[in-house]
Amino acid sequence: MTLSHVVVLVLGALAGAGLALLAVRRLRAAEERPPERRILFPYVGTQLSISALDAALRIARIERATIVPAYLVPVPMTRSLDAPIPRDCGRAFELQEAIEHRAAAAGVPVDGRIGPGRTVRHALRELLDAERFDRIVVAAGTAHTDGLSAADVAWLLEHAPGEVAVIRPADESALATAA
Amino acid sequence: MPGRHKVFLGMAAGVGKTYRMLQEGRAELETGRDVVIGYLEPHGRAETEAQVDGLSTLARRHLTYKDVPFEEMDLPAILERRPELVLIDELAHTNAPGVEHDKRYEDVADVLDAGIDVFSTVNVQHLESLNDQVAELTGVRVRETFPDSVLSNADEVVLVDLTPTALIERLQAGKVYPAARVPAALNGFFRVENLEALREVALRQVAEDVEAKRLKGDTAILREDRLMDRAAPLAVAERLLALVTPQPSSQRIMRRAWRSAQRLGADLDVLIVLPREPSEAEREQIEAFHRLGSLLGAEVIVEEGDDLPAVAARVAAERGTTYVLIGTPAPRRGLRRFAEPLTDRLVRALPGIDVRIVADRSKRRGQ
Repeated sequence: MTLSHVVVLVLGALAGAGLALLAVRRLRAAEERPPERRILFPYVGTQLSISALDAALRIARIERATIVPAYLVPVPMTRSLDAPIPRDCGRAFELQEAIEHRAAAAGVPVDGRIGPGRTVRHALRELLDAERFDRIVVAAGTAHTDGLSAADVAWLLEHAPGEVAVIRPADESALATAA
Repeated sequence: MPGRHKVFLGMAAGVGKTYRMLQEGRAELETGRDVVIGYLEPHGRAETEAQVDGLSTLARRHLTYKDVPFEEMDLPAILERRPELVLIDELAHTNAPGVEHDKRYEDVADVLDAGIDVFSTVNVQHLESLNDQVAELTGVRVRETFPDSVLSNADEVVLVDLTPTALIERLQAGKVYPAARVPAALNGFFRVENLEALREVALRQVAEDVEAKRLKGDTAILREDRLMDRAAPLAVAERLLALVTPQPSSQRIMRRAWRSAQRLGADLDVLIVLPREPSEAEREQIEAFHRLGSLLGAEVIVEEGDDLPAVAARVAAERGTTYVLIGTPAPRRGLRRFAEPLTDRLVRALPGIDVRIVADRSKRRGQ
């Protein structure tokens, strides 16, 4: 084997390693890139339905989508819509963390929101105007868990773009209860 | 030395502002002070008129404008009489043309400048900054307004409070307006929902005023200390700075930083440093951070730069940061393994500032 053979072999090995490194990086980048589909999961009150959240997570996992749990906060007319609402934020964060915990176990990325509005419906409309969502999964209120009222669900079905899935939870204990 | 200004603030007519002002005026008179009534609008309320007994009243000034006679407060007479304390009703009143000032609060400023103490009355809906809000709440736009600075510069603001139900009962009993005006008032401005909203606004206004005066007082004390001993270190409040990236995962850092800020009673700033033009998704996330920041009462700052520790150090110096929070840095790969870790560079760039790494608690073992 001559020196030129050795040089060719070394260069070939280096090129192969470089290509392998590039492939690994691309693979990692693809893994790290957030999924582009977004599923809105609006919720209200202090108690969250397990079955509604699980339904949203199942859809998100199948579609490799990000779930966007959005806590809807009615803000009284005496306050501006962008005024600080620490008590509501504290409550939202407790529920959001419970959602993130469950979503992490399901391998679904989360991008939480807090949506203020004059009413639940107004908060929803503001959110839908500000951001793009591919689907909406929403829990209807029951005796055991907080959820959207029948009137708000009807409004959503009539006005929201994209698919809307309404879950009416069966009797169950709530996933999380915020103070 | 300017006089002291005490304002009796109410949610609406009839809550008893003038009554309370007269009551306190009489109490001052009984302690031996020279107290006069500069201007009073008793609106024919017997209870209010009874409180005038014993207090001397300065005569009103008579004016005629376009053949219409007017009665106004006589500012020159007050300044000439120079009492120790003067009681002046209806601070937001607009004067008739031909007197010294357009507005009564301007007359009051002259009285205070002359070293005379003033007690005055006003309803919360006359505050300039609340005008739109009150119009939105009640459907009634108030034309006579006064600047917020009048209230914030007052030495004392006393809220004269009454429940909406009690006020409506007073109205129905003819204690606020003559009987002929009661039905119109009940159907118009004096509805429970209007009064409830106005009461909330008034309570909030006074609470904010008390807080602002407390903070102003703290600053004044701090300044005095500084004059006494320039070398003494200043006691500073905690201020947190959360370093985040425009990624959904950074919300966790924002939440933890906000909770820490709440516990410490500190202000929170959130810093995003962009090494390049943000992508569409990053721009959306920055927008979402701005919205969340306003709901949390935090300021979201976006800066461009390649050197995160240098930018963080500059912003921390500008904002008076005492505490920096950062997420767990990503594992270093490739040649970056040989570079100084980000956390070390941050600690070096931020001397005297606590640096805390926020862990992802969902990754805790046994969870």
